[in-house]
Parts: sequence; structure tokens; C-alpha cells
Amino acid sequence: MSDTARSPDRTCPLPLPHHDRIVLGHGSGGRLTADLVDRLFKPRLENPVLREGDDAAVVPAGALAESGEVALSTDAHIVRPLFFPGGDIGRLSICGTVNDLAMVGARPAWIAAAFIIEEGFATEDLDRIVRSAAAAAREAGVTVIAGDTKVAERGAVDGLFITTTGVGLVPTGRRSARANRVEPGDAVLVSGPLGDHGIAVLAARGDLALQTTIESDTAPLNGLVEALYASGAAVHALRDPTRGGAAAALNELAGASGVCVVIEEERVPVRREVAAACEILGFDPLHVANEGRLLAFVPEADVDRTLAAFHAQPYGAAACRIGRVEATPAGRVLLETGIGGTRIVDMPSGELLPRIC
Amino acid sequence: MKHLTEYRDGALVRRVLDDITRESTRPAVLMEVCGGQTHSFVRSGLDRMLPETITLVHGPGCPVCVTPLEVVDRALALARRPEVIFTSFGDMLRVPGTDGDLFSVRAAGGDVRVVYSPLDAVTIAAENPDREVVFFAIGFETTAPANAMSVAEAKRQGLPNYSVLVSHACVPGAMRAILGDSHNRVQAFLAAGHVCAVMGYHEYPPIAREFEVPIVVTGFEPVDLAHGVLTAVRQLESGRAEVENAYGRVVSEVGNVEAQVLINEVFELGDRVWRGIGMIPASGLHLRDAYRDFDACARFDVGAVHSEESARCIAGEILQGRRKPTDCAAFGTECTPENPLGATMVSSEGACAAYYRYERGPVCAGRVP
Ligand code: SF4
Repeated sequence: MSDTARSPDRTCPLPLPHHDRIVLGHGSGGRLTADLVDRLFKPRLENPVLREGDDAAVVPAGALAESGEVALSTDAHIVRPLFFPGGDIGRLSICGTVNDLAMVGARPAWIAAAFIIEEGFATEDLDRIVRSAAAAAREAGVTVIAGDTKVAERGAVDGLFITTTGVGLVPTGRRSARANRVEPGDAVLVSGPLGDHGIAVLAARGDLALQTTIESDTAPLNGLVEALYASGAAVHALRDPTRGGAAAALNELAGASGVCVVIEEERVPVRREVAAACEILGFDPLHVANEGRLLAFVPEADVDRTLAAFHAQPYGAAACRIGRVEATPAGRVLLETGIGGTRIVDMPSGELLPRIC
Repeated sequence: MKHLTEYRDGALVRRVLDDITRESTRPAVLMEVCGGQTHSFVRSGLDRMLPETITLVHGPGCPVCVTPLEVVDRALALARRPEVIFTSFGDMLRVPGTDGDLFSVRAAGGDVRVVYSPLDAVTIAAENPDREVVFFAIGFETTAPANAMSVAEAKRQGLPNYSVLVSHACVPGAMRAILGDSHNRVQAFLAAGHVCAVMGYHEYPPIAREFEVPIVVTGFEPVDLAHGVLTAVRQLESGRAEVENAYGRVVSEVGNVEAQVLINEVFELGDRVWRGIGMIPASGLHLRDAYRDFDACARFDVGAVHSEESARCIAGEILQGRRKPTDCAAFGTECTPENPLGATMVSSEGACAAYYRYERGPVCAGRVP
């Protein structure tokens, strides 16, 4: 929303620009672009920095100077369908970046968003998505201070892609949470049931005869992380198990820290419907994506205060402990199965494919 | 899910394991026929909880694994054709052909679509009358009814643009071939519960008698598998060789007659090549003459395909229970799910995939090395 005609404070309450479909001209940088930005994006994402309309967002350096560390993260969002039970690409794009920042212990502060829109996209849908992104940003307490829109020819983009880049600040004195700070003796906790997002999106595609009422868990998790630090727990590592699910996240941490993560199958929370869908499709719930869950590694002694802090938060009400960290075999994730056996939990290999029978 | 939890009951499994340990006095080699059972064994860790007297070997019941390389190559050639929408179960997409897999064909612009049911492929054909829709009809007796129904349905709708690339396998012929081989080690079978749910188990008594092996119809959950093993061990210990049903909650002797009628309407039994194993008499299903029009091989001339197996891959021996995935020199080194040399490394029912995914390397955690 930089490079546009200046139109200070013209936050026209009229909901939509006069085209009910996005045309190539909306990305041309001319009057149509200005119209779209001024009448659709700016009013929804309203904040003083965005309103300035400069080529780059300008923020006071004070906040940066007062922080111990600065975190930066960028993410490209592609999801089919764009609207799914429990969320949409707008909410997803904000939460994804907020969560990436929160997972190192940073407080998400600013976000820049780029929208790449397919020619012919319904303006009303775009409006819904931008409103949803704005609501998620408000919920997370971040401001979208810069943005860009481009329109691609029909067929070049599948509806809408959004990329978001965020800056977060780690408060002075806080030890950031890092992938390589997991230690033997840590406990592994999860903030809620696993697999909701992946199954909700798959079911929403409609090409599976899968009837489910599961909703995506898409949510900003910075509140949960703040509550965790406020509890006084020594946070060693945090990870939001998105693509690749908990299995990928745990393997990454086990590898980066050179430890063995042991998960107890019976303790892993999975909703009955998600478990049933995974059963039918031959998926491991540990491989299915989440967009509003986090895995936390804290010392054994801090388990109770961590759970108490999580349980007091809306997105942590079902938090529980799922495992522990051992020294060997380093870099491995093991699962103690319900019948008392042990197996490794591997990274998923590529796309999840439903089995034959 | 309640019933599933019940059949994963840890205490119950341990009780059955205790019985197995107590009653098993001599070495025994058991083969679970179906790849789904292999995965369940390895995934739950049950295989490593069995007493040392029992060796599990993993059978050929993995449809993706036994689909001949030439058929995979033919699928790739069909999928590359511009007029074709190639539809397949997802599992098939990663299977390596001589040069590439269906994923790479899709990436290069081929119209390859994953379907969850063969009837979805018929719907695609009805919706795209100007395109040719080919469905990769593979599997065992379990998928045969639905695959047959898709052909019958296409015929009923008079769809001229639907065809199937058929590679159907039948379990009993393969069991005979394994037992009849001079290198055979299998002393008892855990028969595939899902296959028996369709076909019943009336085909097995002659095999049990002829080769003097116990055949135990077995399910897929840990409790089912443990029961199957115990039943087989009891037969071996007492010198019996009978067909027993340890999966009675799902399987009856006659099976699903309606499904069998559907299979027989569209397919007929014939010889078939199994990948890595070779030709096995009376072990495959082929389209009957009345449905020949729907044979993709007859409809499209894909020319001669030149197929070449990896010389390193011992999947054929694994599928016959002669070797284990960990006996393969390429396992986990040259051959991984990302870079497979054989289909058993990528199929969700493949034995190499199960070992790679669930038990490669040490699986025992400790504080200090
Ligand atoms: S590990 Fe790979 S190469 Fe070896 S038998 Fe299995 S699939 Fe073939």
C-alpha cells in the first residue's frame, strides 16, 4: 500500500471499489490500484503508519533500541481452498508470521503483507480475506504497516497468494527460545490437539468423501508465549508444528539440539474425528499440519507452572505434556506406542498421500 | 473409534504376548501376507515385542510393490499424453518407473490427478467429454470391486472416454508360489483380513493341506495381530496345519458375495507378473472380453516401453519372505523414500518403507551414551 496515489485519510466507509472483480488494472499502479488500496485495504488494516502512504513504512527506532534481540520472519501462503472451516488465507497469513516470531520468544510488532491476486478474483472475497487478516492482526496486537498488491493474469495464480513478513522484539533480559536449546531432562508439552488444520483443509477441498465438523486451529499464539514467559518457566525451545506436523517439528529440534525426543503415544492429544480421518486415509496425525498449536520444551521442574499458564489462555486450555527429552540416540524422535512398543517418528516424506485400501 | 481403541488395548496385547512367549518353544517363521499388517506390526512395535523364537517375514500383499515395472512405465507414457487425464490412487504417484514417477510427469505438465475412489475418475470422464480419462486400476481383491464398478458404471453411462490400466493381483496364487518355491522359509501364514472380508477364506483349505501350513485369517490392529500370531504358534506347536479365522468380527468363510459377483462380472482370473517375483499362474485379474473396450492398453499405443529394474533392489526376495529390508545393502543409504530404488520403499504398505519409517537405527532411548 506504498507506491500509491496520496489520499490521506480517505478511509471511505463504502465497502467495495466499484468493480466486483479484480482486473489487471488493479495491479497497474494507477488510479485503480489506488482505489483498491484506499477503499479496501487501508480502511480494514487502519493504522497511522499505513495511513502515511510512504514508499516504506517508517517506525520509531526506540522500540528496537529497547529490545534485547530483533526477530524477522517471512512466509508465503498458498492454501486451497482459500476459505475453510475455522479460517481463511487472510487469518492464516497473519497468524503464520505472528507465530513464527513468537516461537523464538519475540513479541510480534509489525507486519508487511503482499497480495498477489488472480485476475477475475471476486472483490467481495478479497474484502472478506482482508477483514479476516485485519481481525487476526488486532487479536495478535500487531500492526500491518506496509503492503503491496499485484494482479497476475488469470491462471498464473490460484486465486490469491499472500506473503507476510514480520518483525518481532525479544524484550531485554529474555532468553530467546531456540531450536538448539533443547536439553536432556526437558519435558515436551503441546498446547492442544494435533491435526485439526490439515484435516479441516483436506475435508474442505471436497474431493474426499470425508464428512467432518473439524475446524482449523488457525490462531495467533503470542498470547500463549507471553503467558509462558510470565509464569517464570525457563523456556528452552518452542515450535509451531505447521507443515510436516509435529513429526517434522520434533525432528528438527532433536537434530538441532542433538538430543532424543521421546513421545508417549497415549498422551498425544488427537480429536476423535481427526483420528478417524487419519485412520481412513492412512495418515499419521503427527504428520498433519497445525496452524494454532505450539510445542514447548521446558525443564521438568517447570512443567506445572507451564501447564497452569497455558490452561489460563484461550488457545492453551487443552495443553498437556506429551513426552520427555533424553540424551541418546541423538537427533532421533521416538514414540512409545500404546501397547508398550517403541518406534521412531520420521519426518514425513513429501506430500501426504492417501493409501489405497 | 471406540472399537479401534479396544483392539489397541496395551494390557490385552501384553497378555496375548505372554501366552505366545510361554507356548512358543521352537523357532518359527511366520509371514503376514498384507503390507497393511506389516506396517501395523512395525508401527506399534509389536514385531520387536515377540519372543526370539518367532521370525516375522513380510509378504507380497502390497499392491503398489507388486505392480510390474513395465506397467508403471506404461502408466507414465499414458500420463504424458496431452489428451489424457491420468487418475490414480495417491500411493502410486511416488512409485519409481524406469525414468521418473507420476509426480515428475505431473511437474512436467502431465494432467495427473489423485482420486480417492475409482468412481471419481468416472465422474471426471463424464465432466470432460473432450479428454481421455485413464484410471490406474491396481490392487488386490480389496480394491477390485470398486475398480470393477467403475468400469461397469462407465459402460452403463456409455462413456467412450473412460479406460483403465489394469494391474490386479490375487493373493492365493501368490501364497502357493511362495510355498512351492525351493527357497521357501514360511511355516505359517497370517492371511490378509481385508482380502478375506471380500473373498472369504474358502480358497485356503486346499493350500493349507497341500503345503501343510497353518493359515490364520488375521486383522490389522495390534490385538488382532497378536491373536493371529498366537493362533499360528499353537497350530505349529501341536503339529496342525489348518485354516483358522482369528478375525471373526469382520470376516466370514464366504466373504462378501455381492462384491465377488461384481468382480466376476468385469474381471477374469489369469496369469500375472509380480514385480520382483515374476509370472505367477492364476494370480491376476484381467478385463473380460465384454469390457475390452475399456482397456487403456488396447486404446492407446504407447509404443514399446523399455523397463529396467535397479540391480541393487532385492524387493522381490523381501516380498517372498526370503530376506528382510535390512538385508538390502541399499536400505537407508542409496535407497530412501526421497530417492527410492524400489516400490517397497515408497508404498504406504511396503516393508522397506515400514522399516525405514519406524525402526531404522536404535529405538531405545537413554540418558547418557
Ligand atoms: S531398500 Fe530399496 S533397494 Fe533395497 S529392497 Fe527395499 S526398495 Fe529395494
